Amino acid sequence: MKSLSEIETTAKRASKAAGFSWGESEEIGKCIRQLEMFGLPGIKHLNSYFHDKIKNNYKNLSLINQSNSSPSSPYCPIILGIGFLDQLKTLENYQKIYFSSVAYPILFLSFLSRSSETIGKKINVKFDEKEILLNLNVNIYSNFLKLEFPKNSKNLEINFVENKDNFSEEEWRSLYKLSENTFVEETDSLKKGAAGAGLTDND
Amino acid sequence: MKVQLRDPNTIMKLSRLGSFHQSKLSFLRSFLNEFKDWEYKRDLFNLDKFGYGETVYSFSKGRRTYSLVCFANEIKDDERSDRVIATKWDAAFTLHDGVPTQKDIDRLKNEVPKQEVGRLSFKELTLSRANKSVRVFNHVVEKLSEGKQPDLELLSKVGYLYRTTAVYGSGKFGLADRFRIKNREEINGPFRLEMMLVYLVRQFTFDQVNHVAYNKNPSKAVKLDKKICKNLGIGNSTGLGMAPFIVNHPTLLNNWVLSREIALKKIRNIKTVKKKESDLFVDCIKKSLTNITSWNTDSEYQQIKIKNLLKDIKKFIKFIDKSFDFKDEYPFNKIYLWLENEVCEECIEYVVSIMMEPYSEITTPLISQMSSEEDKYFTIPSSRSLKELRNIIEKKYSNILKINFDKKQNIQNFWFISKNKEEPRLADRFKESGSELEQPLAIARDVKKLYEKLLDTKNISTVAEFLSTNPGLRHIVRRVFIVEKFPYSEIQDNTIGKNIMPIDMLRLKLSFFGALKFDPRSDKWLRICMFQGAPLPDELKNYDEQWVYRTSI
Repeated sequence: MKSLSEIETTAKRASKAAGFSWGESEEIGKCIRQLEMFGLPGIKHLNSYFHDKIKNNYKNLSLINQSNSSPSSPYCPIILGIGFLDQLKTLENYQKIYFSSVAYPILFLSFLSRSSETIGKKINVKFDEKEILLNLNVNIYSNFLKLEFPKNSKNLEINFVENKDNFSEEEWRSLYKLSENTFVEETDSLKKGAAGAGLTDND
Repeated sequence: MKVQLRDPNTIMKLSRLGSFHQSKLSFLRSFLNEFKDWEYKRDLFNLDKFGYGETVYSFSKGRRTYSLVCFANEIKDDERSDRVIATKWDAAFTLHDGVPTQKDIDRLKNEVPKQEVGRLSFKELTLSRANKSVRVFNHVVEKLSEGKQPDLELLSKVGYLYRTTAVYGSGKFGLADRFRIKNREEINGPFRLEMMLVYLVRQFTFDQVNHVAYNKNPSKAVKLDKKICKNLGIGNSTGLGMAPFIVNHPTLLNNWVLSREIALKKIRNIKTVKKKESDLFVDCIKKSLTNITSWNTDSEYQQIKIKNLLKDIKKFIKFIDKSFDFKDEYPFNKIYLWLENEVCEECIEYVVSIMMEPYSEITTPLISQMSSEEDKYFTIPSSRSLKELRNIIEKKYSNILKINFDKKQNIQNFWFISKNKEEPRLADRFKESGSELEQPLAIARDVKKLYEKLLDTKNISTVAEFLSTNPGLRHIVRRVFIVEKFPYSEIQDNTIGKNIMPIDMLRLKLSFFGALKFDPRSDKWLRICMFQGAPLPDELKNYDEQWVYRTSI
């Protein structure tokens, strides 16, 4: 079994050899390490991407807008991912961000996962009827079990998920009420003697 | 009195970093302190009469066990090489997480002796190999088998029976990644498990030499005297592989140097020094002379440094004996200021290290701050302005900006990774091929390039915009933002200039390991000694903390 350290170093060096700058390659190394740690096929897709990159002219989008369309060829997932990380402050202001087509979306996801951690919000990604939740770079949750990521994704949509509870107020109240059964009802004597502070603190 | 931290522009120069010495903060000393109350055992000793076979040593506490698994092999003299190109070694080792089963030992027997071309698992933490100092080892075997102790003069010239030629950890060759073990309390200092491996290897060398001597002449052989064992360490040959580490781990480097600087600052700020503290300091200084006079090297470069150090230490001893009173206020600050004016860099840093000896209450809390969560600082704060980026460079790299990189001599060398061994190398850009595959270790040159680009950039306000059109400078932008937070994270020197001494980079790292007797064999590799004078495993429960200054050979 390869260690994550080996995975990161090799992905970084291979990326440099594939034509990325050292700084970009460092980002790629980190992202592939993260994917593999989550049990996702980062190495497999990076390898395949580098081979396809030679014959496919993926489009580099460095300045991301709310809606991004590339009719001729899919966006390069790495330049897009790095741009997303860099422009996160601006992009966060959009509720939804749209891309017409992104090559190797799993590679792009790894950058989005890091973005989720940076802004402290979950990120929801949809493409080709697939839905993926990026949870603060702690885990990646999806609605498809085999995790067979395509080489190309159409109509990729990104949503920043506002930080809110996953449960209803009623569910919370019900659970809280149950938890109260661990508390002791205070008698007058306990009220006077069991707390550290005085009953009046106006002195 | 408000003494400040020393200026990184002075301290982070290579000549100064290359003058650092071991101290109480050094990793091998903090390792001994952490593991002193662990249970040491020799679990397996399966060597043939020539000393070849397997052994296992362990440290245990509670439910945790770390086991050193050793494989001693027969090699021909012409196969023995300290260079990284070697493929066979007298012994190979791995530190196993837990108690190895027979199945583990069988698996490791196939892999560990192969070193870089073998595969380890997440159950192994560190990997190493070592070669005998044949002259010393054979002499000791010969003498012990005759019922005599070895010649101390010969031992003092070398200082060890074996020298390691590499110690690997942190995920190399399939070893466990650091993240798997980083939350263990007992390894909250850097390189702690590497230190454990080396320490246990030292014990293996004594056990092996005794075993071989006994088998040579069972009726007459004696064991190597414990006092002699204690005064022997483990050698290490270190080449360029170590140099890029300190460039590639800026926050870690910062935490090492910053801890040292904080300790010095606190000591200089002590108004009144107790007699037992000053006595201990003076005692260590005086006893440390043995370490200098027994420091052998053929390197003219190092001989000059040692000569100057010895001269200056004698001058310093004369000063504290004749003209100095520790009853004065802030005595260590006065001593420091005197050193700055009177002695060489090597001597300043030597005394700074020894100043820490009486002050465990200062050094102990710092030890746990010498690791680093490097990933925390990886993401570039790209929403910040270019003006801020420029200001950081002007403030943190003022000396670097003065270097003219149009001059050939300032870009003479380049760092690369060799295809044969996947190890870092340094070569002349104008004589050798391969500079197009240069590693990103020319920080000074690239910072200057970034700065010049920033001066030329108009109508762009944020780092994000700048990076979208300048991807080639991304690695250095990341670095500048790290340096903003970590003052001692950058070598304030040119690492590709004609006059670079790579051994200064090696020495910096090795001093934090706790190495003694730096012996440069060229400007690119050196030999050192570790654990010389250190307590033996069965003495750990109660040992003299200043053992470094108590060596007698």
